[in-house]
Amino acid sequence: MNIVVCVKHVPDATADRKFEDDNTVDRVGVDGLLSELDEYAVEQALQFREKREGEEITVTALTVGPEKAVDAVRKALQMGADSGVHVSDEAIAGSDYLATSLVLAKAIEKIKADAGADLVICGMASTDASGSVVPAMVAERLGLPQVTLASVVESQGDQVRIKRDNEGSTEVIGATLPIVLSVTDQSGEARYPSFKGIMAAKKKPLETWSLSDLGVDAGEVGLSVAYSQVESTEARPPRTAGEIVTDEDGSGAGALVEFLASKKFI
Amino acid sequence: MSEVLVVIDHADGEVKKPTFELLTIARRLGEPSAVFFGSPDQGDAVAEKVKKYGAAKVYVIDDAQIKGFLVAPKAEALQQLVEKTGPAAVLLPSSFENKEVGARLAIKIGSGLITDAVDVADGGVTTQSVFAGNFTVQAKVTTGTPIITVKPNSAAPEESEGAGAVEAFAATVSDAAKGAQIVATQPRQSTGRPDLTEAAIVVSGGRGTAGNFEPVEGFADSIGAAVGASRAAVDSGWMPHAFQVGQTGKTVSPQLYVANGISGAIQHRAGMQTSKTIVAVNKDPEAPIFELVDFGVVGDLHAVLPAATEQITARKG
Ligand SMILES: Cc1cc2nc3c(=O)[nH]c(=O)nc-3n(C[C@H](O)[C@H](O)[C@H](O)COP(=O)(O)OP(=O)(O)OC[C@H]3O[C@@H](n4cnc5c(N)ncnc54)[C@H](O)[C@@H]3O)c2cc1C
Ligand SMILES: Nc1ncnc2c1ncn2[C@@H]1O[C@H](COP(=O)(O)O)[C@@H](O)[C@H]1O
Repeated sequence: MNIVVCVKHVPDATADRKFEDDNTVDRVGVDGLLSELDEYAVEQALQFREKREGEEITVTALTVGPEKAVDAVRKALQMGADSGVHVSDEAIAGSDYLATSLVLAKAIEKIKADAGADLVICGMASTDASGSVVPAMVAERLGLPQVTLASVVESQGDQVRIKRDNEGSTEVIGATLPIVLSVTDQSGEARYPSFKGIMAAKKKPLETWSLSDLGVDAGEVGLSVAYSQVESTEARPPRTAGEIVTDEDGSGAGALVEFLASKKFI
Repeated sequence: MSEVLVVIDHADGEVKKPTFELLTIARRLGEPSAVFFGSPDQGDAVAEKVKKYGAAKVYVIDDAQIKGFLVAPKAEALQQLVEKTGPAAVLLPSSFENKEVGARLAIKIGSGLITDAVDVADGGVTTQSVFAGNFTVQAKVTTGTPIITVKPNSAAPEESEGAGAVEAFAATVSDAAKGAQIVATQPRQSTGRPDLTEAAIVVSGGRGTAGNFEPVEGFADSIGAAVGASRAAVDSGWMPHAFQVGQTGKTVSPQLYVANGISGAIQHRAGMQTSKTIVAVNKDPEAPIFELVDFGVVGDLHAVLPAATEQITARKG
């Protein structure tokens, strides 16, 4: 059995993220890293493998992105994934969700042809786009059920059960492999790469594929054919400094209540 | 005028406020038709509610074949409805579930998808708040039927009488769409407080509560607010995850957000930065949350909040 983990390379959220002149996300001028939320996906893939001792399970980390995106796959390999695939092609730059999911789905199909892909695991959201839609789109393209936003994952044979928080309830969802799964940051801390893991990662297979390797036409992806276009981006004006009072002898509560009353909240 | 499909947000037939906001927004793009996934016996009552906000038609889709499964059946039903009606756009209230419905629908009908809009203008230009609220982006779907998920509190609901003609729509759901099954559901107990994402006022507590949420809850109740929490408070087991505000919790955009004992990490800001008015109580004058506030109190929340609650209660007399 083979598990594919989709890992995205994103601009560091604690850096000054910005946009390019063509309104695409600046993925070069800002330091990038494996999206923190995808570390949870890698972790769950590794746990899936570890819990099912005696079965032959391999984990393939997959990313779609520019040259530097390979770092996301490397980190997954250091954490313990067995092999990596980096899909990179000039034509992909500026792709929207539809094109990204197309490339991911084609890459998963290719991995499946070689090694199988019974389980695809994604993060709950990318920390840059935060759409939480790519897993559902990949599932739709592959014709698979999607089981998303899991906080607990359990499996037996080809049955997977997850627990998740929904709007007004907690749910248990069941499905039969193959599926697309996404996991939240409630699913359990992701491990740090060990020194041994970092050394071992250097010897693990890591392939780079272009669009032609996937049989995807360059005209199907990228900024120019995006199904939606960003027309403008604007930094939010910094909030004007508000009034700050220091609570002395209980004065803080009075000042707070006055403020709320002046704004008609009471 | 062409139709605009608006998916109704409801809990067992009880129509929620984001629906009225969405109908108001939909009128800028065309004539709203509301789509009700639910029990057909509730169709008429739902229509009474949504016609007040301009719904010309109300498509009732019996959810008997749909509600036990995740997302895929709904996307199939909407695809069939889109094919029948050829709408100018499909609007859904932003939630994880609806974003995924929109995602599958987008692939099925070959249309662009925009998620988490905070506004939709004439002509379908959307406004989104991205990068933890640090940027505002305007975008537009350029291919297919725009599918847009819109966050709660994106518009003030405005009444406008529509015909509200009820029409049953028989959707066919394939077996393939039933692959992910809801095996068990445990409804969360109602706190009696407003719903976090819809509330006009949200009062949150963080690690600074040290596990005692009473001052936060008491203060929230005195001003009719929903209660929220930081991830630190959730991870410590003080509040259920459903109350978490932030990148991996709920995004809120209320009139007033009061952060108590919360430092203001980027991931927390991501969920509250677009609030209209922001207030913080924190004992550390250097806490980053103070960079965002309209009003801040440097002080101990365990002293400030109970005293403020008392004064508010006294005022109301
Ligand atoms: C992938 C990822 C996702 C995340 N998602 C979220 C998310 O969705 N939501 C979220 O909130 N966080 C999220 N976080 C965590 C975030 O980075 C912070 O760790 C978290 O927000 C801190 O919570 P806090 O402000 O309550 O705690 P702290 O940062 O520890 O701050 C506590 C504050 O309380 C103040 N304080 C202490 N005692 C008192 C007192 N008696 N009275 C008044 N003030 C007091 C302190 O001065 C301090 O400023 C995420 C992190 C990661 C890596
Ligand atoms: N370019 C990408 N490469 C690999 N995985 C991705 C990519 N974009 C999105 N994903 C996966 O889809 C999940 C949700 O992404 P999003 O829909 O953008 O919030 C992420 O957590 C990843 O697991």
